[in-house]
Amino acid sequence: MTGSRLPDGGTGIDRGDPRAFDFEGTVVSGFAGDTVASALLANGIDVVGRSIYHDRPRGVFSAGPEEPNALVQVRWASGISEPMLPATTVPVEDVLEVRNLAGRGRLEPAEPGTDTGRFDARYAPCEVRVIGAGVSGRRAASNARTADPGARVLLIDSDPAAAGDEVRRGMTALGIYDHGYVTAVERCPAPATEGRLWHIRAGRIVIATGATERPIIFADDDRPGVMLAGAAATYVERYGVRPGERAVIFTNNDTTDAVTATLRGAGTEVVAIVDARRGDLIVGTMGDDAGRLTGIRITRAHGRPDAGADGDDPETIEADLLLVSGGWNPNVALWAHARGTLRFDERIAAFVPDRAGPHGRIEVVGAAAGEVEGLGDIGPTWVVPPPGPATDAAWSTHYVDLGRDSTVQDLQRALGAGLESIEHVKRYTTIGTGIDQGRTSGVVTSAIAAAILGQDVGAIGVPTFRPPTVPVSFAQLAARNRGALADPIRVTPSHPWHEANGAVFEDVGQWKRPHHFPQAGESVDDAVLRECRAARTSVAMMDATTLGKIDLQGPDVGAFLDRVYTNTFSSLKVGSCRYGLMCRADGMVFDDGVTSRLADDRFHMTTTTGNAAAVLDHLEEWLQTEWPDLRVHATSVTEQWATVAVVGPRSRDVVAALAPSLDVSDAAFPFMTWRDAVIAGTLGRAFRISFSGELAYELNVPTWHGLALWEAVLAAGATFGITPYGTQAMHVLRAEKGYPIIGQETDGTVTPQDLGMAWAVSTKKDFIGRRSHRRLDAQRPDRKQLVGLLPTDPRIVLPEGTQLVAPDADLRVTPVPMLGHVTSSYDSAALGRSFALALVKGGRERIGQTVLAPLIDRVVEAVIADSVLFDPENRRRDGEPQP
Amino acid sequence: MLLVPCPHCGPRDETEFKYGGQAGIAHPADPESLTDAEWLDYLFLRDNPKGPWRERWVHTAGCRRWFDVTRDTLTNEFGDIGG
Amino acid sequence: MTDSGLRARSPLEGATLAIDSTSTLGIRELPFLVQVGLRADPADEPLMSRLTTVLGARPPTDPNTTSISEDGTNQVLWLGPDEWLVLGEPGTAGALESKLRSALDAAAGAVVDLSANRTAISVSGPRARESLAFGCAIDLEPPAFGPGRCAQTLLARANVIIVPVGPADEPAFRILVRPSFAGYLATWLVDAAVGLD
Repeated sequence: MTGSRLPDGGTGIDRGDPRAFDFEGTVVSGFAGDTVASALLANGIDVVGRSIYHDRPRGVFSAGPEEPNALVQVRWASGISEPMLPATTVPVEDVLEVRNLAGRGRLEPAEPGTDTGRFDARYAPCEVRVIGAGVSGRRAASNARTADPGARVLLIDSDPAAAGDEVRRGMTALGIYDHGYVTAVERCPAPATEGRLWHIRAGRIVIATGATERPIIFADDDRPGVMLAGAAATYVERYGVRPGERAVIFTNNDTTDAVTATLRGAGTEVVAIVDARRGDLIVGTMGDDAGRLTGIRITRAHGRPDAGADGDDPETIEADLLLVSGGWNPNVALWAHARGTLRFDERIAAFVPDRAGPHGRIEVVGAAAGEVEGLGDIGPTWVVPPPGPATDAAWSTHYVDLGRDSTVQDLQRALGAGLESIEHVKRYTTIGTGIDQGRTSGVVTSAIAAAILGQDVGAIGVPTFRPPTVPVSFAQLAARNRGALADPIRVTPSHPWHEANGAVFEDVGQWKRPHHFPQAGESVDDAVLRECRAARTSVAMMDATTLGKIDLQGPDVGAFLDRVYTNTFSSLKVGSCRYGLMCRADGMVFDDGVTSRLADDRFHMTTTTGNAAAVLDHLEEWLQTEWPDLRVHATSVTEQWATVAVVGPRSRDVVAALAPSLDVSDAAFPFMTWRDAVIAGTLGRAFRISFSGELAYELNVPTWHGLALWEAVLAAGATFGITPYGTQAMHVLRAEKGYPIIGQETDGTVTPQDLGMAWAVSTKKDFIGRRSHRRLDAQRPDRKQLVGLLPTDPRIVLPEGTQLVAPDADLRVTPVPMLGHVTSSYDSAALGRSFALALVKGGRERIGQTVLAPLIDRVVEAVIADSVLFDPENRRRDGEPQP
Repeated sequence: MLLVPCPHCGPRDETEFKYGGQAGIAHPADPESLTDAEWLDYLFLRDNPKGPWRERWVHTAGCRRWFDVTRDTLTNEFGDIGG
Repeated sequence: MTDSGLRARSPLEGATLAIDSTSTLGIRELPFLVQVGLRADPADEPLMSRLTTVLGARPPTDPNTTSISEDGTNQVLWLGPDEWLVLGEPGTAGALESKLRSALDAAAGAVVDLSANRTAISVSGPRARESLAFGCAIDLEPPAFGPGRCAQTLLARANVIIVPVGPADEPAFRILVRPSFAGYLATWLVDAAVGLD
């Protein structure tokens, strides 16, 4: 094939705007409006790549997204390199450099700072969405606009040069999903944007995606120089490129008549028209040393329509271009995404949309609906047998899927292995799994399979179409949800202080929480030990703003909480707080927290940080769906209040200094009560609750005072060396006291009884999950129970998650029976040693017994202990004895 | 992406909702009177039909209201809303 | 805000909200807006008229709509069939809360000061609607969405209440968002402007 640029013509190019790019080290010139493929052809470059498995030379086969051969790696003008793009759809304007690929894409490792391409996403609701701006699509859009001038009619076309008014060009529909939801991609929608993913919700969808030409399969049908007939006409008309000098046309329909005229008009000599309907067939091709097409073998039936391919000895014709048309397949992928069914239409020998649109929302028009113009009486020719004896090997160069190097021989092998479903054939042969998704090979494969199996094509069907219709990069799918915007980063009002003071953060859900506050040169472990020590010996402070908070109002709140919590709340006095445990109906622990009574008809509930939204949903579910008679209203106030925990024997002094009008004496403000308080001049609430076993307070003020409160606490505690601490010290302090963390000690299979918290489960009233505690499974004596664990060597901190086995377990015989696992494990300043919490089968019966913890490189002994390891008498929660 | 018909806010993207499973599974009035098997049935066993069925949603990112709706599990088309 | 004690700091104080001088998109925080949550039975007519008197506007019963008091100080947003959010001028939270509470009288309902529970971001300019469409699936165009309406929905990955203000050709939106999400959302909005061609 010796392509060249015609002296004039080309409706899609601007000859006044020359462009150039590098192709494999050669400068290739073209014009604005060219694709990489048209520019290569114009420059006489006919071998554009080699095939994926067989290493055969390949040329441009098509002029659109159906291209299976000319797959290239492109370096865009922005510097970004993108693999596996069809050269037939890449505009030369944006291209710096093009490499050919042997069917294998390669992601280039991004140098830091170079992966800067901006991709975004956008929503666009509309009344009517028309996909494809050909004649039928434009007509459908125009009709929709006339019918309702107020309707938003979005007409899109993947071709950046599509004709017509009010067309969004260069926008390719990727898929149709439920309820009118369509996704589409657009290249370079804005100067700073590489690509845009559109989420379009349409009231009505019109599919006008046209049809794609398909080849006829014969021996050596894959040479550079073999091209779809319609593509050749496109190169002449749109790009002013003559794809070859001596052409042969192989067809079974009338659409090649126009192609012949166009080629002749461009100066190509059309030396033969081989019409399968007359019994004339191409049985093979010849090539030069580089594999390029040089000639064609034809058998002619001399007007005998029933004559086979072996009727005469092949005749040879020299040619550099072979244009093939085996008919046209309506582009039905989008229709099929929406669960539209297909039927085989003998009239056009192709699959067409069946019946009315799914749910009446979607219609198909034009060629996509099977109205292929100029087809004439199509002949049923799909494949030409090899010229000699039809052995399996004789079919080995009948390429069906050029992109996958799959042949009729592969297809025979699949069917011979007993695979009769076209879905299985697809997976066995990989036909249709290339980036063109079988656009030119799919229906041909079904037809050949049908012939071999002796069935109708319609009965064989085609493999399921699935989105996306064209390859989409991960960067495009991620859009702007990358880097700082990958996921919301939630911060508390004190966050600026934490950042300025060197906090090391951990992610708790979307929250950034200080994990610890290292001092210069301090390790994590040292920092946590120091923070814990401060809380146990003097005073420490923590940002507890992230705790979930729910305001509950109404005359029935007390009764409601009795049903929601395992323990009783209706008896709680105004001004008091109570720890509560919540189960789901299955009886497993769901959440816990301290809930306070603000008034007869008002409670303030706290939840764990991670469960704040889930608990509110849970409350609403029961209120709305089971107990609508209860007069209770729940409102999230998590972010209304900033919370600072002040913890340690000197915390009373700090709170007294901050809130001089508050009587902080133990008598006036005892453990598990709350008070309205003017804190540093601002009205807030003080709760005397403790998650460490120490004397402790949680101070709440409206969120916008949160940073100032933090700084005020810090200043008021300065005399006592108040120490900010993070989540890790919080975890250690509570674990020393045996307080579980929901989600750490529990995993949805743990009951309150398993946690040793039967004391928090009422036996006098019903509550959500109560019946489940009576299930036989919940009563098993060998359920895993929460216990403490002390490694025999006090310096060893067991990894969390470590499995525990019996001391006499034979570790060589697997599986080794497991007794349980470590849920939390730390070094403790207060205990002067390491310790852990663990869930162990029948654990409470095993207190004092030794278990083994097999680690990767050694086996560690540990002794089971009570889960409360520090201050079991709770002597510390009221602080130093008062004078 | 389903378009879920909130009876109050109108149709919204599925991401604004949480799914609540089969509708019409009432919490037993007297759980203590049930056998383990009956209680297990309430807790865990649900229908899984091909075709229309009643299910629950809650519009978490909107009005926070629970509602029942009929959906065809084959086509995802929504039918009667309410309850 | 109302107290003389601890300094109030709005969630976006010090945040970079300016895009550039040529941008037609204006993003700014409206700090310390008063917001009071209200729950009441809309079928309780005496209660509704007491609330109307206190608010100067009847709490709307059409979903996703708002009502505004005649003096313009209070705007009542529909959040649910028995739930509203009352927006008021900075500094009036305590007074508004107690007035509403006394209007409730013995009726079962709820009044909660939520002023610090969300902050407001104003997004305005000819391209405001477009900038929100980068991350909001609901139809933001009139007549579906314009002054007098509101919506609780998702913007980017944050729960928000969007209140359109201003005429169709000069759109402006108030976006109410939790303070913890405000920094994320502001960063997202400023970044969205880059994609406006």
